[in-house]
Amino acid sequence: MSANEQFGFLDEYAKKEIRRTTLKAVAIPGYQVPYSSREMPMGRGFGTGGLQLTLALIGHGETLKVIDQGADDSVNAVNLRDFIEMTCPGINTTTLTDEADLIQSRHRIPEKPLREDQLLVLQVPYPDPLVVVEASEDKRKVLHGEADYSRLLVKLYEDIVKFKEITISHRYPTRINDHYVIDPSPIPRWDVPKLHNSKALVLLGAGREKKIYAVPPYTRAIPLAFQDVPFRVENFYDAKGNRRTCQRCNCDTSFLDEYIDSESGNKIYRCSDADWCEEQLSKNVSEKQLHEKVMLDEQAYDRQVETAPSSENAYQALDVPQSADEIQGVINA
Amino acid sequence: MGYVAIKGGSHAIEGSKIAFDHLRTKKSDSSAPLDTDTIEHQLRLLHSRVISEGGIYHPRLASLAIKQAQGDTLEASFILRAHRSTVPRLAETDALDTSNMRVTRRISSAFKDIPGGQMLGATTDYHLRLFRMDLLNESPEQFQAISKSWMEDLNLDSIPDTFPKVVEALRNEGLLAPLEKQKNQPKPFDITREPLVFPLPRSAALSTLARGEQGGLLAMAYTNMRGYGDIHPTVAELRVGYVPVMMPHPITGKPMEIGEVEVTECEVVAMYEQQDGTPVFTLGYGACFGNNEVKAISMAILDRALQQGMKHGPSNPSEDPEFVLMHVDGIDSMGFCTHYKMPHYVTFQSDMDRLRATQEKQSMEETL
Repeated sequence: MSANEQFGFLDEYAKKEIRRTTLKAVAIPGYQVPYSSREMPMGRGFGTGGLQLTLALIGHGETLKVIDQGADDSVNAVNLRDFIEMTCPGINTTTLTDEADLIQSRHRIPEKPLREDQLLVLQVPYPDPLVVVEASEDKRKVLHGEADYSRLLVKLYEDIVKFKEITISHRYPTRINDHYVIDPSPIPRWDVPKLHNSKALVLLGAGREKKIYAVPPYTRAIPLAFQDVPFRVENFYDAKGNRRTCQRCNCDTSFLDEYIDSESGNKIYRCSDADWCEEQLSKNVSEKQLHEKVMLDEQAYDRQVETAPSSENAYQALDVPQSADEIQGVINA
Repeated sequence: MGYVAIKGGSHAIEGSKIAFDHLRTKKSDSSAPLDTDTIEHQLRLLHSRVISEGGIYHPRLASLAIKQAQGDTLEASFILRAHRSTVPRLAETDALDTSNMRVTRRISSAFKDIPGGQMLGATTDYHLRLFRMDLLNESPEQFQAISKSWMEDLNLDSIPDTFPKVVEALRNEGLLAPLEKQKNQPKPFDITREPLVFPLPRSAALSTLARGEQGGLLAMAYTNMRGYGDIHPTVAELRVGYVPVMMPHPITGKPMEIGEVEVTECEVVAMYEQQDGTPVFTLGYGACFGNNEVKAISMAILDRALQQGMKHGPSNPSEDPEFVLMHVDGIDSMGFCTHYKMPHYVTFQSDMDRLRATQEKQSMEETL
């Protein structure tokens, strides 16, 4: 009854099914491919979709990194990593983004740009972005087939009417290869531009909902937005317009988590990506070196921002109503 | 600086496992460890429920799962279900014939006199829900005497092994449509090997319901009973017992009994419909492992409601295959419910960003 009789826990038929499903997902970027999804010994909702992908894809001698909320030692990441190590003897694990062949993650994409030889597996609770506007999966399938995302755009428009802001904070609907709109998993908006023309293959696995989908390397990934209301990532500037920095490593280019310091009662910020923070900190040997490093990182970040579609013009190629006015026109019609 | 709870996960998990086991064993002076036989027999109905929702017939492991999960039915079924993922599929049986059931109880609410007679069997249906204080301090002698004296009084020869099915009598009278031959029917949908993509065949619905969570099934069926839909059910037959599992002999190829499984089976006769020009009653079918009568009846009602929805389009939640079938699995739903206990720091950070931006816009407007 021990769980480690079989490499990768799953029987070979299950792994074969997942691999074939993955191939189909890569061939049809953004399309949610159904698969049978076996029960795993951990809760549905705890990353069993990502876990099944990892178990079916990792092999001897390969190196795995598992993160949850950006951290390698959060309870769920530890639990998943222990289980994968137990059932896949001969693999290595790491906390360094650089060293990993396969990264399984919940809610974050590492800050450090991924390479072509790396694979990112994201855990997905809700695979379908249309679920907010259509409850029936049967009907959603038709909408996807026809690339009919008008109701999603209307939802964004209604947000603007009601709140003067698009209220979607994470799981931001993103159009892949100009057809299927995906739910990119509950990553913050901050991470969405990293999907666009990503060098690494990004696989998304929903265990409970029994779907696998993919953003293949060098594929367009454009968040839904309007010409006059562009997509924006989380704002980490204070009231004076200064970029907040990580209290630990001083980085001012990363996604930050905010905490209340239990001693001082003050609000402080820290990098959400633990490995990134560690790396910035280790570079922080002296003030001078730190200064140089920050400058370098800023340049690197600027380059990343340039290639990532974070400016409005990158999102204008969509074949959908672009402005809030146009949407109003569609509704009136 | 306060340290963040998410760090140090390994230690926390290890500690939590020990604390969980401590709670099981802390009163070891006054209580004995539960053995799996005790669970299987004295917590018979709990055991039935777990084996049914776990979806694999393994009484001993079901007991172990209950012990390990400290009585949580969802957790215990989950352990069984996860075990099922690792077990290779060796063979498939033909459909089991439940008219061969070694019946422990069978009733019909449609007819007073059914062929073979009503057999009330072991049930709490007519118990007065009053405390039996004598069970508080039961001695081993008293405990052993109960079963012994009951067995002594039994005339075993007078009990038939099997009973005819009530629905057969209805079929013979032309009140129900005749059964389709098994070989003419499509191969049953295997929910453990194929994803549920709608529309689904009835076999997929039945197998999903058969390992569904009892409370979930009951709630959905109850909506139909109360008025969100009305299939107007009558229990033609409810039977509990042991069904022989038949497999071909490896050499002769002849079917032979390889064991038996305890099953609860329920057929409800419901509102009549035109079939091939003749109005006949319609049937709802429920069956599951173990003795789970509420589940089998709920399943039969839902089966009938779903057939209605599949044919004419759903006019109530309980007639909507997607609504019912995607939400009755205990393993899926409890997994997703408990996942909300995991850290959601990043997404909440993102939520706060949106709320603050919205608040800012609104306050700017108010000052204008």
